[in-house]
Amino acid sequence: MGIEGIGARVARKEDKRFITGKGRFTEDMVVPGMKQAVFVRSPHAHANIKGIDVSAAKAMPGVIDVLAGDELAEDGIGSLICGWMIHSRDGSPMNMGEWRPLAQSKVRYVGDAVAIVIADTRAQARDAAEAVEVEYKVLPVVTDPAETLQDGAPQIHDNAPGNLIFNWGIGEEEATDSALAGAAHVTEMEIVNNRLVPNAMEPRAALGHYDAAEDHYTCWTTSQNPHVARLVMSAFYNVAPENKLRVIAPDVGGGFGSKIYIYPEEIVCLWASKKTGVPVKWVADRTEAFLTDAHGRDHVTKVKMGFDADNRIVGLKVDTIANLGAYMSLFSSATPTYLYATLLSGQYNIPNIYGNVRAVYTNTAPVDAYRGAGRPEATYVLERTMETAARELGISPAELRRANLIREFPHQTPVIMNYDTGDFEASLNAAMKAADYDGFPARKAEAEGRGKKRGIGMSCYIEACGIAPSQAVGSLGAGVGLWESAEVRVNAVGTIEVLTGSHSHGQGHETTFAQLVSDRLGIPIDNVSIVHGDTDKVQMGMGTYGSRSGAVGMSAIVKALDKVEKKAKMIAAHLLEADEADIVIENGQVKVAGTDKALGWHEVALNAYTAHNLPGGMEPGLKEGAFYDPANFTFPAGCYICEVEVDPQTGKTEIIQFVAADDFGNIINPMIVEGQVHGGVAQGIGQALLEGTVYDEGGQLLTASYMDYCMPRAGDLPSFQVSHQTTECTTNPLGIKGCGEAGAIGSPPAVINAITDAIGNNNLTMPATSQKVWAAVNAA
Amino acid sequence: MYETSYHRAESVEEAAKKMGTAEGGKYVAGGQTLIPTMKQRLASPDALIDLRHIPDMKGISINGKDVRIGAATTHAEVASSADLDAVCPGIASLAGHIGDPHVRHMGTIGGSIANNDPAADYPAAMLALGAAIHTNKREIAAGDFFAGMFETALEEDEIITAVSFTAPEKCAYSKFPNPASRYAMAGVFVARTGDDVRVAVTGAGMDGVFRWEEAESALGSNFAASALEGLAVNEGEMLSDIHGSAEYRANLVKVMAMRAIAEAG
Repeated sequence: MGIEGIGARVARKEDKRFITGKGRFTEDMVVPGMKQAVFVRSPHAHANIKGIDVSAAKAMPGVIDVLAGDELAEDGIGSLICGWMIHSRDGSPMNMGEWRPLAQSKVRYVGDAVAIVIADTRAQARDAAEAVEVEYKVLPVVTDPAETLQDGAPQIHDNAPGNLIFNWGIGEEEATDSALAGAAHVTEMEIVNNRLVPNAMEPRAALGHYDAAEDHYTCWTTSQNPHVARLVMSAFYNVAPENKLRVIAPDVGGGFGSKIYIYPEEIVCLWASKKTGVPVKWVADRTEAFLTDAHGRDHVTKVKMGFDADNRIVGLKVDTIANLGAYMSLFSSATPTYLYATLLSGQYNIPNIYGNVRAVYTNTAPVDAYRGAGRPEATYVLERTMETAARELGISPAELRRANLIREFPHQTPVIMNYDTGDFEASLNAAMKAADYDGFPARKAEAEGRGKKRGIGMSCYIEACGIAPSQAVGSLGAGVGLWESAEVRVNAVGTIEVLTGSHSHGQGHETTFAQLVSDRLGIPIDNVSIVHGDTDKVQMGMGTYGSRSGAVGMSAIVKALDKVEKKAKMIAAHLLEADEADIVIENGQVKVAGTDKALGWHEVALNAYTAHNLPGGMEPGLKEGAFYDPANFTFPAGCYICEVEVDPQTGKTEIIQFVAADDFGNIINPMIVEGQVHGGVAQGIGQALLEGTVYDEGGQLLTASYMDYCMPRAGDLPSFQVSHQTTECTTNPLGIKGCGEAGAIGSPPAVINAITDAIGNNNLTMPATSQKVWAAVNAA
Repeated sequence: MYETSYHRAESVEEAAKKMGTAEGGKYVAGGQTLIPTMKQRLASPDALIDLRHIPDMKGISINGKDVRIGAATTHAEVASSADLDAVCPGIASLAGHIGDPHVRHMGTIGGSIANNDPAADYPAAMLALGAAIHTNKREIAAGDFFAGMFETALEEDEIITAVSFTAPEKCAYSKFPNPASRYAMAGVFVARTGDDVRVAVTGAGMDGVFRWEEAESALGSNFAASALEGLAVNEGEMLSDIHGSAEYRANLVKVMAMRAIAEAG
């Protein structure tokens, strides 16, 4: 592998600029003549707009212009769309309500954008925004996913009667019902998956610049997928044709899914730049981030899991209501369906599964994919239910899981997914050993002596990553293909630029992608630069989400490298007067195998560009591109064990130890992978213990700052024990499965299983705040 | 933030004079409440008069058991004073658990007391220690100073210059912080000198900081956590919000009081 190749713990190349404050984020971008924008937002969760008076605001100092929804509509700017079609069980298409970038007749959640104010300074824009007079007629509000389906609930979109977006099903309902009817034991639960606010460190931002002389637009924005942003803004929102729109996502400070989507602000900034003739920059403040970033999760689920007399699962039935908020965000329909219910088989042999999902509108911020996206919700349902079933059946939670594990691959589940490979028991065993599972009773007894309630909880997760074959997702309703692209450009001196359609917003691609090239060619990673995030530089690509950059993005680089190497070998064979089949590339040399005849990599590159002596008919240059479309999802899986101590007097939970045993397939950089697990587990613990999103009855977000919304801090977390058990993914050339989301997927049920074990009361919802745990202790 | 003007006062007199001439002026010390509130545009003083650099208002002086802390002394200075820790460890420990390091290095004791946030830590210490609040006009007993949520006996232009108290024989502060804000959901300061015991509670009461007199008399004859076993604060007087019900806060008050007593020893 070499010291910088695959498997090496190479320090991240990008960290120097991030640690020293030299990153270049959207807010750092400056264009001559640039002005600052502030959005006027609805203070009401549901209201008709009776009128907007901008005259006073327009007269304020420094104000360039104040623009509202009617002007945007007059210029033909389109509505925001959801790009994944879901059909209800009765065959009808989902009921997608209109989402105007600037609301015209109605606002549907607190934070809905109504107008944009552009001024010389941000303070002036904010002053003027306060002077925009919007007359509202306030309407009744609903925020709860179950209540919104009830008769008499406020109607949010005219074309979604009863606030139902779709009523979708997967699997065999009759067979599942009959399996449950014949089961020796059925465990039933009602499970809530709490709404989360993503809280990327860098808030969303956009800088729109229309160049009238060139009739060309540039948009700098906080995007995980700038090409998709360009495509959607061009094809659906009518902002500009693709060839006249450049989207740049420079350094982006965290996304967790929330920066996949195209939001109103970047559309409006681009349009407003043309309208006003000045470049327009907007940067969200933290309150706007809380109010308007797409939130995550928010499911209410009823589940039944049936077992036979030998404790084998015979059937699983799940009925979920998914709260999509006030509007359908870009991939909001896919998250609670094909990214959720298709994972309901988990790691287990389950012959019969039926999942029903009703997606609903409420007067809350839009909900879309957030780290894990559907898979945390599926894992939480399954793993809470498995743990509960084990308690009801009076057997060890570990042994109940072990008895039901899938052991043969490939494995076809009843809910679409075909698992290519895995060794679930290896992770289960590794986690139990690392956690000293067998020694738990003694630790519990010792804790009892100190007045603490100690508990242990487990979670065996599987996820589908690297999404996924374009043809397959297309048949399921996706509006895009989910391949990835790469171009490998070898310079005349042998250094290399890799242009990738993946996008790094914390993942470390500048390091890991360079490690792949180093591994293949034996050149230092310092000689390899990774170029991403700019539609003018990089060929069309699909971006980064769903733990796909390694499995899909790097596979595209492999394909491009294959072509580069082939050409380099042809050149070397010609120069060395050898057979092409005998040429190997090793340690930065292109040589005849088993001989000392060799050329330096840089010599081959130089020959490709001088073109003085190339094989007959060969084109000069050394640059190749590739597109890679995966054959299947990848299936990372693992076992997490959490051990907690609860203070029964206050309900405070302390996490004593957290063990993660993961199978991510092959790993490029173990240090970065461990970091991904640490971050994901921290987010999962945040969901389980701390992060509560609370809307009041009027639809006001009560937890709209860090004073009330509790993000996990270092002191809330233990030192994690991380290990890897590897089975290679069979469907991509590197055998990679992906690691970006696992921590957030696997950890919440482990935490809640541990707390409920500690306190002897299974009736506990996330976030398990001290108050809730205290109440549950007293109710036990 | 709306536009404002900033004045750094060099003396208490200068600060008071500036306040007299400024329209819509407000004193600022560490600014840990005021500045975020201004950034949210929820407060808009036309003038800020900074008290934090007035030499007379800074520093801790200790004479035997008599302690005087200048109002512009930061939480970090109180927390790290070895001399103070030696005579009154409860207040040093309290200061070390306010907010986060940033807050502790900017925020001041005078600012905290003047603001009288119902979940701030210092008011509990002042009440339990029977402190005197010194201003540029008078001296106010802590018991007369705190007048309900965000309300104090201070007049509009009055400046807290220092607090003083006699260190008790034993004292301790125990707090259950809100995990997000790190403000107290219940914080109890217990101080004992002879059979005079004071128990002051912050973070939990509907009207801000208060003394739990029932606990004080029980502890006067038996200074042990067990003395509180049969007692309870009135739930009807406790705060209730998304972080904690009145019932939960009432429980926390008792648990924190017992822990403070145990720690005071």
